[in-house]
Amino acid sequence: MRLGTSWKRFRLRLRYLARHSERQRLLWEEMDFHIESMVQDLVAQGTPEPDARAAARRKFGNMTQKSEEARLTWIARWMNDLAQDLRHAFRGMRRAAGFTTFVILIAGLGIGASSTIFSVVNALLLRPLPFHDPDGLVWIANQEWSTQVGVFLYLREHNKSFSDMAGYAGYGVGDSALTGTGDPERLTSVPVTQNFFPLLGVQPLIGRSFTAEECRGNSSTPPAALLSYGFWQRQFAADPAVVGRKLMLNGKPVMTIGVLPASFDFTSVFDPGTPVDAFIPWPLTDETNSHGNTMKSIGRLRPGATAQSAQAEFTLLAKQIWRDHSEWNGIQPKLNPLKRHVSGRASPALMVLACAVGVVMLIVCANLSNLQLARLGARQKEMAMRTALGAGRLRLLRQMLTESVALSCCGAALGLLLAVAGTRAIAHLTAFNIPLLASVRLDADALGFTLLAAVLTGVLFGLLPALQVPSFAVGETLKDGSRGSSGGQGRAWVRNALVVSEVAFACTLLVGAGLLMRSFVRVLDVNLGFQPERAAVLRVDPSFPFKSRQQQNSYFDEMLRRTRALAGIRAAGLTDVLPLGGDRAWQVSGKGQIYPKDRHPESFVRVVSDGYFESIGIRLKAGRVFTQRDRASSEPVAIVNETLARTLWPGQDALGQVLTQDGGRRVVGVVADVRHEALEKAGDSEMYLPMRQTFDYPAVQLVVRTALAPDRLAAAVRAALRPIDPNLPVSEFKTLQDLVDRAVSPRRFLVLLLAGFAGFALLLASLGIYAVISYAVSQRVQEIGIRMALGASATDLQSRILLRTLGLAALGLALGMAASRALTGTLESLLFGVTPGDPVTFLGIGALLIVVAALAGYFPARRASRIDPMVALRAS
Amino acid sequence: MGTEKPKADLLPGTLDMMVLKILTRGHLHGYAIAQLIQQLSDDLLRVEEGSLYPALQRLELNGWIEGEWGLSANNRRARFYALTPDGRKHLNAEATRYRQVTGAVARIMGFV
Repeated sequence: MRLGTSWKRFRLRLRYLARHSERQRLLWEEMDFHIESMVQDLVAQGTPEPDARAAARRKFGNMTQKSEEARLTWIARWMNDLAQDLRHAFRGMRRAAGFTTFVILIAGLGIGASSTIFSVVNALLLRPLPFHDPDGLVWIANQEWSTQVGVFLYLREHNKSFSDMAGYAGYGVGDSALTGTGDPERLTSVPVTQNFFPLLGVQPLIGRSFTAEECRGNSSTPPAALLSYGFWQRQFAADPAVVGRKLMLNGKPVMTIGVLPASFDFTSVFDPGTPVDAFIPWPLTDETNSHGNTMKSIGRLRPGATAQSAQAEFTLLAKQIWRDHSEWNGIQPKLNPLKRHVSGRASPALMVLACAVGVVMLIVCANLSNLQLARLGARQKEMAMRTALGAGRLRLLRQMLTESVALSCCGAALGLLLAVAGTRAIAHLTAFNIPLLASVRLDADALGFTLLAAVLTGVLFGLLPALQVPSFAVGETLKDGSRGSSGGQGRAWVRNALVVSEVAFACTLLVGAGLLMRSFVRVLDVNLGFQPERAAVLRVDPSFPFKSRQQQNSYFDEMLRRTRALAGIRAAGLTDVLPLGGDRAWQVSGKGQIYPKDRHPESFVRVVSDGYFESIGIRLKAGRVFTQRDRASSEPVAIVNETLARTLWPGQDALGQVLTQDGGRRVVGVVADVRHEALEKAGDSEMYLPMRQTFDYPAVQLVVRTALAPDRLAAAVRAALRPIDPNLPVSEFKTLQDLVDRAVSPRRFLVLLLAGFAGFALLLASLGIYAVISYAVSQRVQEIGIRMALGASATDLQSRILLRTLGLAALGLALGMAASRALTGTLESLLFGVTPGDPVTFLGIGALLIVVAALAGYFPARRASRIDPMVALRAS
Repeated sequence: MGTEKPKADLLPGTLDMMVLKILTRGHLHGYAIAQLIQQLSDDLLRVEEGSLYPALQRLELNGWIEGEWGLSANNRRARFYALTPDGRKHLNAEATRYRQVTGAVARIMGFV
């Protein structure tokens, strides 16, 4: 009720304001009627009309004043003043077009960058996940890895923290082959539990979710599939009739039961950088249980439960599992709110970016403050005149602030355009391995932020100059004739302090960016253990199941023979998992070794063919690599990497040892470690099995080392392979460099943006120095003229001005370096291969800033030395 | 700024209250309101026109009265005001308050 009334009142007021001039006219009409009625009454009482009219008017008083008074009840006076100030501001902007353009440009760039970064922070950290009641969702990991189906079911049944648990199983890019609709194509399909979508609160756009019946069969033959929105658009041109049709997936008919809404972006939440085409059911059966650790799990908290309480409960449940189900892999549960799991890794980098953009804004403000101060010098007379005419101190202060806020709002308009472009560009960085990037957009929050930033910027950069205004002594200035006063020592001090702070801020930003850039270079320099240059990969899973090992062996023989026969191919091999790709791991032990269950060594498994090590560039350390003779009919063998060799047989020669895998595999070679998780993380244990000796591989990828461009190669390879498998799905060659690029993409994102900010900061700081020195020179033309007339040499003058510049820069540098040293410690988690106090970075940045400062001071200095003493003295 | 007191030496808010009371009689224009106040007070209270119109604006702005253009008895365009439900409520509250204040003043002055 109360709220309703005040809202109504607000609306009324707004309407009054909006239709101000019309109301004014009507008010006059209303009062006119009053006077007229009064006149008539007086005439009726016997007064002659002219007298009556005069009396009425007298009685009514000065009509204008009355209307003014009436008006004041609804237009507060400050609105009027504001309009007046704005008019002044815009008139001033027109007069000083150069200054205005510059301010709008700089404020625009700064605000644009801020709004863009805010949008990213908003999408990744602030905005809730696009699910129903996202705060109740918890990510349940087994350390950092997956969970076995049996363990999942046990936890789901016995826990009291969650109303339900769902999950999805591991999948590979291009796991399913789609045939029967145009060219054969590889799809990425995610197996999900039946309750996955209901638990997240995701309703299919068309059709329905999986039934319990559909989640009972064998995991390799899904009866039904849900399409992702993107795939539906791309492949079926958004045709709703596709629902209810059967698709051929991996040679088996699969019913399309629905399409997921565009708002459900599995990729950007759970697996950034890997587009997903379809979802298939993941049965929770003995069969899937036998696949080992496969599932990523999510739980929905019961009311009252928290992630912490659930963690405590799961730790206990995990102990029970260790005790009662020794046949399972067990779990070391690590529970986190889903939001933290999704964006947690990106948040330190985002914080750095947010701080960086804040520092940029401070530099922008310092720079604009300085410009405004310089301009104020030129407007001394205007201000003095206003004061003389009765403008109060507050009134002048307000006028100055209105001017600066108006300027920064114009800048914000430009900034918004930049932010629209910026957020668009960022949302389309699909190859970047950063979560939720696709949901970055300029929304209402960002608009509010931009407005706030604009006003704050305006106030911040306008306040200092505004406070200086009353310090102009009225009489002094007006009397001051044409003599350009130097503005007093006080203001020179303020201006110098501003420049020093600009240099200091720029210095911290540059040091931060420098450290991260050096880290980036170090990461790129890392010995990957393989050579991504000139290596390319194509997925070539056969389109039919093998009936026997012999058939499989001859298929691979033929495939490799045909590929190697092509011109330009230097080596070719097959693998199931690429480096930086999958994380399939098994427990391993040497023959005769016994480990306690919870400390059993584990190793990543890679199933590869002959030629793989040569084509991907993994170095052999001892023994031999696989050959064509390691086949179904020969002795089971394996190759281990150096870490696994050290783990299982410390201090011994691994060659000739026997792994317990598959009833015993002889180790025939030791190869170098590969960075398989992240470039920053040293390799773990790895075990290679010959592809011809197993059926247990989730994919077949053809890796080639070539002198040609991979895209030119694709057609030739496809043509060569067609005779052995005409239905081989079409896909593109990817270079291994793409793989590496994707792995470093979050770091590249951070470094690119930060370097951009640092560059902008450097530019602003140098402009600031230039402006201050130029101003100082122009204010002291006469002094310089006198000095020169008295015999000071041009070089002498130049070096004096340069020294002054360098003095300012050095002071800023010292402050900036000290601040950087104190702050870079917080960057530690993002650094790689450099220490937070890296002397090379600090010295390099110091040198860079000094050079830039010297350049910025050189031009005004040269101008000063060319002043003609006669002209300078006569000018006054 | 923005709020104005009636020029007559009355308790603050009295003019507003009287205008509202007058308007319980129906739709009236500004001149009629002024006339009625004068008549009903036996010529004791004369409303300054310069106070009346700001008061009308203020009351309308608060949503207590609603103005509407119409034709006067002698066929001229005039603005007629009517009391809104909110205004009636406000009038009652004001009247109660006024009675309390004047009662208090009267007790102090020994009128009762």
